[in-house]
Amino acid sequence: MSSIPSPIPVLSPLRMQRHPRVVVVLTVVLLFAGGGLMMHAESQIQVLGLLAAFLVTFAIADRTPLGQEIAAMCGDYGGFANGVAFVCALGLIAVFHGEHYTLLVLATVALFSTACIALNLQLAFAGMANFAGAAFFVLGSYTAAVLTAYSWIPHPLILIVSGLVTGAIGVILLLPVLRTRGHYAALVTIAFGLLLRSLLEVNDTLGGPQGMKIKGFSVFGLDFNRMSSIGSWDVSFYLPYAVLSISIFAVAFTLIRCIERSWIGIALDTVRCDETAASVFGLSIARWKVVAFLIGNAVIGVAGALYGMMNGFVTPNGSGLGDSLLMLSIIVLGGLGNFWGAVVAAMVILVIPEKLQAIQEFRLLIFALLVLAILLFRPSGILPRPTRDLSRFIGPPGADA
Amino acid sequence: MDPGIIVQYLFNGLMLGVIYAMIAVGFSLFFGVLDVIKFSHGDVVTVGAFSSLGAAGLAGGLVTLPPVLALASGIAAAVTIGALVGVIIGRVLVLPLRHAPGVNVLLATLMAGTVLREAIRLGVPNGGNPKPFPALLPGGTIKAGSFSVGIDSVMILVAGLLLVLGTHLLITRTRFGLAIRAVAQDGEVARLSGIDFQAVVLGAFALGSALAAFAGCMLGLYYHEINFNMGVLLGVIGFASAVVGGLGSMLGPIIGGFLFAGVQTLVVVALPISSAYKDVIAFAAIIILIAVFPTGLIAERRSERV
Repeated sequence: MSSIPSPIPVLSPLRMQRHPRVVVVLTVVLLFAGGGLMMHAESQIQVLGLLAAFLVTFAIADRTPLGQEIAAMCGDYGGFANGVAFVCALGLIAVFHGEHYTLLVLATVALFSTACIALNLQLAFAGMANFAGAAFFVLGSYTAAVLTAYSWIPHPLILIVSGLVTGAIGVILLLPVLRTRGHYAALVTIAFGLLLRSLLEVNDTLGGPQGMKIKGFSVFGLDFNRMSSIGSWDVSFYLPYAVLSISIFAVAFTLIRCIERSWIGIALDTVRCDETAASVFGLSIARWKVVAFLIGNAVIGVAGALYGMMNGFVTPNGSGLGDSLLMLSIIVLGGLGNFWGAVVAAMVILVIPEKLQAIQEFRLLIFALLVLAILLFRPSGILPRPTRDLSRFIGPPGADA
Repeated sequence: MDPGIIVQYLFNGLMLGVIYAMIAVGFSLFFGVLDVIKFSHGDVVTVGAFSSLGAAGLAGGLVTLPPVLALASGIAAAVTIGALVGVIIGRVLVLPLRHAPGVNVLLATLMAGTVLREAIRLGVPNGGNPKPFPALLPGGTIKAGSFSVGIDSVMILVAGLLLVLGTHLLITRTRFGLAIRAVAQDGEVARLSGIDFQAVVLGAFALGSALAAFAGCMLGLYYHEINFNMGVLLGVIGFASAVVGGLGSMLGPIIGGFLFAGVQTLVVVALPISSAYKDVIAFAAIIILIAVFPTGLIAERRSERV
């Protein structure tokens, strides 16, 4: 790879190295501009063009030295890049402040990305497959529906309570199979997802197949659904939801990134890679699996609760095995353990079928085939998780040899 | 309670048990030879049901066949296509991925199942709706007091029991079965003894999938209706039966299948709740049984060397 000369001499690595932060800002702004256009695009030609542009960008980043350099730079300045990304996301909201549909799509992508980061914590870090991701998401929405209808708990607290409920149910489900090895946890999550769906469909107190209405989010007397202007600005009522969704995404992102970077993350990696070695070193496998499952499902529940409040209703429809597999497709496509990869993949999987009516019907088939291809030919995903590098704590390799 | 009704329930339970056992045997075979769980297995059942429907319909549409020949063509199509699908999934997905983390195989086979399911839903005309399955077996009922049962149901039950017995004999009494058991015990030693590893593995996949496809055909004949996503429930139940009976043994999944059917039937009989909760009970039973027998009734004997 290194023998290929850089195709664009003007942007030679030497000049880029001098202003790394500028490069990072430009890259992130460019990516978010592309994402914003994708969410806003209406004609099929535009969507196809943007998809092609995305593939070209990806190929450049993956295959050319220049692209690899820029990608490495964004990795080195990870915290800075994430901050810029947050500002860019708020910028997108400001740009599209009056567009109902674009803001709805943006908030949806943010909330599903949040859920997928949580799934990453379970699958990529702790090595536990959760085949009921969509079920826990819908469970969060139903909890919010019940709590907004029958209680006076303030809405921000409802989000937290929904997270606690889904997290607790997940742990109750997991406890019996903790003593075992192998894939019983996977089977139990599949069975739970199917159980929840059929229960919601036949149970009349939770609305049956029609589902339940959910009151809109309101905080300190500010009802999100009635909001039509900020000062002299006319805004869509989805704007506060979009801001809140992105904030929740940012909190979940930071929380799970901190977990990954801390000794908890190292413990999870160890448990995933080699249970025997982990228990030799005194790590409780059961405890770490419970921790990952609890936190993951709680985050999924919070995202689901806000998603339900934003939509105003929830039905059992989104909780099937197909939807859970779609969520797992997102994290496999994005690369196990790679958060921004999950965001990109969430956008591809959620937005493209909405915009290209031709593939709406075939989306499960297409994404299943895509995941199969990735598992066979590029098992680490489109954007692989970077290898954990702890050398800065112990000095450069070979220093003490 | 009226004895006739009890016999009726017993018959239903046996029927379910045979079908579950036929599916569970496949899970146990795959886990035995490759230590993998192949979650597309339930959808192979659907593939079997739909191919027999297609073949019987096609044969019946072109020339007016007696039902016996239509039935034969339906069964032949189900078994052939089912075995073929199993071999393709084994060759293309499971064998290349067998050294990858277990979760990857699980995900890959779940996705393969989704591909099969969606291909049926989109490929079969009006595939999203339940399809009527023709009654190819002779009609008529056997009556004994308040108990009555269709002759077709008895034939299906007997055929299923014979097949399960035949598979058991095939595994325990023939050279091919010996090869499967050898590979299951230790693939490398089996290879050293001159067993063609890949052929045996694919043979096991063909056998398990053909059984599942036949089970799909039986389901169609019994319930007179098939559905593109019936495989999801059956796959989960089949896997749960195999786990409860003990993965990796041959008798275990058969016992597990009957046990599972027994529990399901008992709960439906004993609890005064609406039949709408049938699936909910099935899944709850899976979770509870897995919690109670996490390593199966017939536990696999193995120690771990580190």
